[in-house]
Amino acid sequence: METIYLLFVLVLSIFLGFELIRKVPATLHTPLMSGSNAISGITLVGALVAAGADRTELTTFLGTLAVIFATINVVGGYMVTDRMLAMFKKKVGGK
Amino acid sequence: MQTTTLLINLSYIVAAVLFIYGLKLLGHPLTARRGNQLSAIGMLIAVVVTLLDQSILSYGWIIVGILVGSGIGAYAARKVEMTGMPEMVALFNGFGGIASLLVGWAALSDGHLSSFILITICLSILIGGVTFTGSLVAWGKLSERIDGKPIKFSGQRAVNSGLIAAIVLCGILFVNYPDAGFWLYLLILLAVALGVLAVIPIGGADMPVVISLLNSYSGLAACAAGFAINNNILIVAGSLVGASGIILTNIMCKAMNRSLSHVLFSGFSTVKSAAMVIEGEVKPMTAADAFYVLEAASTVAIIPGYGMAVAQAQHSVKELQELLEDNGTEVIYGIHPVAGRMPGHMNVLLAEADVPYDLLLEMDDINPRMETVDVAIVIGANDVVNPAAREMEGSPIYGMPVINVDLARTVFVLKRSMASGFAGIDNPLFFKENTRMIFGDGKETINQLVREFGDN
Repeated sequence: METIYLLFVLVLSIFLGFELIRKVPATLHTPLMSGSNAISGITLVGALVAAGADRTELTTFLGTLAVIFATINVVGGYMVTDRMLAMFKKKVGGK
Repeated sequence: MQTTTLLINLSYIVAAVLFIYGLKLLGHPLTARRGNQLSAIGMLIAVVVTLLDQSILSYGWIIVGILVGSGIGAYAARKVEMTGMPEMVALFNGFGGIASLLVGWAALSDGHLSSFILITICLSILIGGVTFTGSLVAWGKLSERIDGKPIKFSGQRAVNSGLIAAIVLCGILFVNYPDAGFWLYLLILLAVALGVLAVIPIGGADMPVVISLLNSYSGLAACAAGFAINNNILIVAGSLVGASGIILTNIMCKAMNRSLSHVLFSGFSTVKSAAMVIEGEVKPMTAADAFYVLEAASTVAIIPGYGMAVAQAQHSVKELQELLEDNGTEVIYGIHPVAGRMPGHMNVLLAEADVPYDLLLEMDDINPRMETVDVAIVIGANDVVNPAAREMEGSPIYGMPVINVDLARTVFVLKRSMASGFAGIDNPLFFKENTRMIFGDGKETINQLVREFGDN
């Protein structure tokens, strides 16, 4: 039952994703990409559990490595997106 | 459900809402920054509550990992040049991919795994591995650490098909014998090999498609990892990213009038007719003469391409725009969806140079206006303004939607020399009656025009 429920979530999120992203204008495609890339760093959540679970040495090692990579993805992704978006300006008062 | 588990799951719902609302706000330039911040807050919430998870017993390595990762990420995000954005995004994508691979691998030690979980572990290793090495190759090509030309060898298709068959077989064996480490290692090896082989035959001009696709994969990898560790938020966030990447891929393919499979498997190598002879004479012009034309123009359209990024000419272009505007000329920009090396690449560069985003018109908005444009300045673009796409059946890019600069009264093409563009296709635009070629470094030419305005 758990599986069905997760698949349910998957299908609905994909549809939601399509609806959300379709409306993003071309001018924002690069920030969209780097911003959504940062979101894909959500794997970090899984990495944290693996790194801290104290199961085997291998798991801790793999988990820690995953934490490093995912954190680069998350922190770098959000920061660089913010840096880009800060530069987008509207034309001021028809100069 | 225990109180902490309940708390964690409720917080995941909050995080999911913030991701979704953040993406929604990302749909408009005015709200996009706030959207990104909301999504970052969502991520922070998801990470912090996960630390409450009871299966986490020691925090030492977590802290080390987070500190190292944040340090590297923050440093890279601050240092990167806007022109280097495509390779940066490719690299981050790859890191997301490898993280999913590692999470899938680590999930194996959980004991009691159903075949469904094993299949999802298999998928997260596979997609994560392909994303990782595929993105590294894309990064290498974009940053010119490896040759941007398609790398092909005979029997490439057979090798790739064989590899995919081997992966399927290996995956089945892995799911049936999860304790034999051999199949796991072989699977990882095959996945990373597939990533490399899938991206090397793709040329630099097709990179927007590849990056979008890899972006989608990094989401799907996270999604698969979510199934592997039975975690909702990974599935929600991963599939949002997966969907976003697929949409961008689709937009890029349409803008090149090519199907995804064509981009992935054939490249531009199949030039149908070599008999295409373009007749005519190239008419060069000096920057000094170009200035007089520009001075008299009432509407100027600037069409940038990847060459503008290479020459770092965006700031000079902005300067020229200001001088033209002071002279009473209307300046607009025409942005082709695949100009540059990633979707929206030109928009970011011009935003960096303080060009207001409302002057940047998409292809479908600028084309109807083109006949009223006095001067169209093409800087560093080639294929995306190639009229052969419209008028020469048999040209490899025939049918691709392009910006119709040749319909403007005068076209200036800023070009280093007479070589054909990335796709290796001759451009009849250069031989048109109303086209003037201004040879030289793009940035230098624009600077000369700026100086002419200063002197007069």
